[in-house]
Amino acid sequence: MPTVTSEKKRPAARSAGRPAPELIFGDLWEYDPSPETADPRLKARYDHFIGGRFTAPASGKYFDSINPANEAKLAELAHGSAADVDAAYAAARKAFDTTWGRMPGRERAKYIYRIARLLQDRAREFAVAETMDGGKAIKESRDFDVPMAAAHFFYHAGWADKLDYVAPGRKVAPLGVVGQVIPWNFPLLMLAWKLAPALAMGNTVVIKPAETTSITALKLAEIFQDAGLPPGVVNIVTGFGDTGAAIMTHPVAAKVAFTGSTEVGKIIMRSLAGTDKKMTLELGGKAANIVFDDAPIDQAVEGIVNGIFFNQGHVCCAGSRLLVHEPVAAEVLAKLKNRVKVLRIGDPLDKNTDIGAINSKEQLGTIERLVATGVKEGATMFQPACKLPSKGYYFRPTIFSGVSMSHRIAREEIFGPVLSVLTFRTLEEAVEKANNTAYGLSAGVWTDKGSRILKMSTELKAGVVWANTYNKFDPASPFGGYKESGFGREGGRQGLLDYCKLA
Amino acid sequence: MFNEIGTVDQVGIEERVAKYTTRSIKKGSKLFGLKLAASMVDLTTLEGKDTPGKVESLCRKALSPSDDPDVPTVAAVCVYPSMVRHARRALGEDTPVRIASVATAFPSGQAPLRTRLAEVKAAVGDGADEIDMVINRGAFLAGEFQLVQDEVAAVVEACGEATLKVILEVSELETYDNIRAASFLAMRVLRPNDFIKTSTGKTTLNATLGNNQVMLEAIRDYYLDTDTPIAMKPAGGIRTAKQALQFLIAVKETLGDEWLNNTRYRFGASSLLNDLLRQIAKERTGAYQAPYYFSEAAESY
Repeated sequence: MPTVTSEKKRPAARSAGRPAPELIFGDLWEYDPSPETADPRLKARYDHFIGGRFTAPASGKYFDSINPANEAKLAELAHGSAADVDAAYAAARKAFDTTWGRMPGRERAKYIYRIARLLQDRAREFAVAETMDGGKAIKESRDFDVPMAAAHFFYHAGWADKLDYVAPGRKVAPLGVVGQVIPWNFPLLMLAWKLAPALAMGNTVVIKPAETTSITALKLAEIFQDAGLPPGVVNIVTGFGDTGAAIMTHPVAAKVAFTGSTEVGKIIMRSLAGTDKKMTLELGGKAANIVFDDAPIDQAVEGIVNGIFFNQGHVCCAGSRLLVHEPVAAEVLAKLKNRVKVLRIGDPLDKNTDIGAINSKEQLGTIERLVATGVKEGATMFQPACKLPSKGYYFRPTIFSGVSMSHRIAREEIFGPVLSVLTFRTLEEAVEKANNTAYGLSAGVWTDKGSRILKMSTELKAGVVWANTYNKFDPASPFGGYKESGFGREGGRQGLLDYCKLA
Repeated sequence: MFNEIGTVDQVGIEERVAKYTTRSIKKGSKLFGLKLAASMVDLTTLEGKDTPGKVESLCRKALSPSDDPDVPTVAAVCVYPSMVRHARRALGEDTPVRIASVATAFPSGQAPLRTRLAEVKAAVGDGADEIDMVINRGAFLAGEFQLVQDEVAAVVEACGEATLKVILEVSELETYDNIRAASFLAMRVLRPNDFIKTSTGKTTLNATLGNNQVMLEAIRDYYLDTDTPIAMKPAGGIRTAKQALQFLIAVKETLGDEWLNNTRYRFGASSLLNDLLRQIAKERTGAYQAPYYFSEAAESY
């Protein structure tokens, strides 16, 4: 007699020794290559952008920028020295004193709107350049990085003439010149996050993009020229760590902002001790993505994949620790493995690629080293059997199960497509494990129960808690961390407050 | 029931299926997909004004969709029970095209069970290879799950050798949770390679990538649990080749290669076929052909 609930008896075929059913994700219907063909319009050599003009480095030295997808040289970048940084700060100071700092907010807004619109006009070109420069899949630079960067300019342009309402009852004033250093994981987007609030508030900027991903920043400098942005309002100096240190410690800087590793963040903080500079830091993370047994499992799996494999896991708020409720642990892991089997790894310019290239050889080495530690410490590793391109830096999406809190892969930020799966039994245990980390940038909660979401969001020590979703960003929503993930917020009203003096 | 099979998050699943629409299918893979889709069409006419002549013309179209010898025949024709014998006469006994008949007081299902069963038996007796039944949505929404399932089981029995397709009529179930639950109710009494199907095509909202995905995931979970493969048929609302490819991408990335054939996946559609043919011709010649180059035989849903 048929029944509503399944009878859960083993089918005859399986007891007769046939293997458990499996899904076959084979090559019956392969997608043909589908590369994005827009011209990125790259120059062979990029100089610094100082005082509104492209300026050769004082040292005369250049270094190569490599396309991580095929190890080919893309362009030469200027190697910044202390003299270049001095020139940039002088230009920024002059612009602050003579034009930008005195300009009414509604006038500044016009420039920022113009930048946003010009970026939208050249969105495809920027997306291709971003993908070639950093290795991220074109569908991400096209659908996320570039539109989101434009959105940040639009949002902050809107604030520029409404600054009287940022802090009700108080007057706000710009700080002066701001020094900023940004990472390589979202080169254009981080640039927009940093520039837009600083400019809206009336500050001028000296900024250094990461050495592996400077090209879109310098392309954006072309847009600043086209937009007629007054000379010196934004100055871009390229180079390595020493250039960054010169920017962070320069006496003219009224404030410094840094996004990058916790290690470097600590060095910067030490070097600023005893000065009156303001600072904000956005550092690493080791986020917990917590799945309860009543969660919509398939959508949670989708969120887990998005949380850790988005941008090859080069995301400071990546959900790199999966905490899953024991009753559903086996089911979640099985579904996760099936889902990962259909991810497409390869040429980042192909529109069907889900996971692109690792940003640099150094980063690939770090990931390989930490993954080897995971294997050595006894965690169970799963990688799908996909072909990788012969040239370029690629790493298979990796899932470690049977991980405990003392494993290195559960404690250190890997910054790659590597997920550690841990289990928990009660809500208290989940909170305890989630908070048992030096970081506190973000977390995810998956459950059908609204009250549990509210409870978790107050108990988790993380700057962002996503519920039944992951990696959602909006210019209006402040982003930033607890503990060793840094301080200060970016985005929203709170982000603007970090770029002004209150009177 | 709902606790045991798990829930579906609407925002999450719609985000998932939106990604299928960004896949870029070109050249050889596009041609393969188009032909595959053409071979999966259940060419349908379900109108009060259907006549033996209309059904005969539909059958001709099903047998030779276009002049291109590379284009396969469609999977089946889908007609009302009274038209089954006319379709059988037009197609003959020895034919690759199967005859599907809607039955069980389609589309409402509001008739006594014995009337519905008699209709199924009559259609099979007239030569139908496949029966498309509707579930009792009223009973489902009233929480009488056992009744819904018992009725499906009774129709399975009445079908005999014929393949059964169970229409959930998703737009009347309204939530993704209900669609998943109804899928499980049906699958648990179906035979391997029987179908679950989205809609009758007679309501405002029919097959979408979202409800297709909910049902594909239900099929996947049931298959991995019981080793019983259930087939899937979205119906209604799929009019363009582009949409059809997106549905096939969902199949490829959710159920894998074993469902990429017309035993396990069908499209209930009529105007879709000519758009597929038009796109196939475009791939071959590099130019879009005028619509009047393709014979009309089946303007319906």
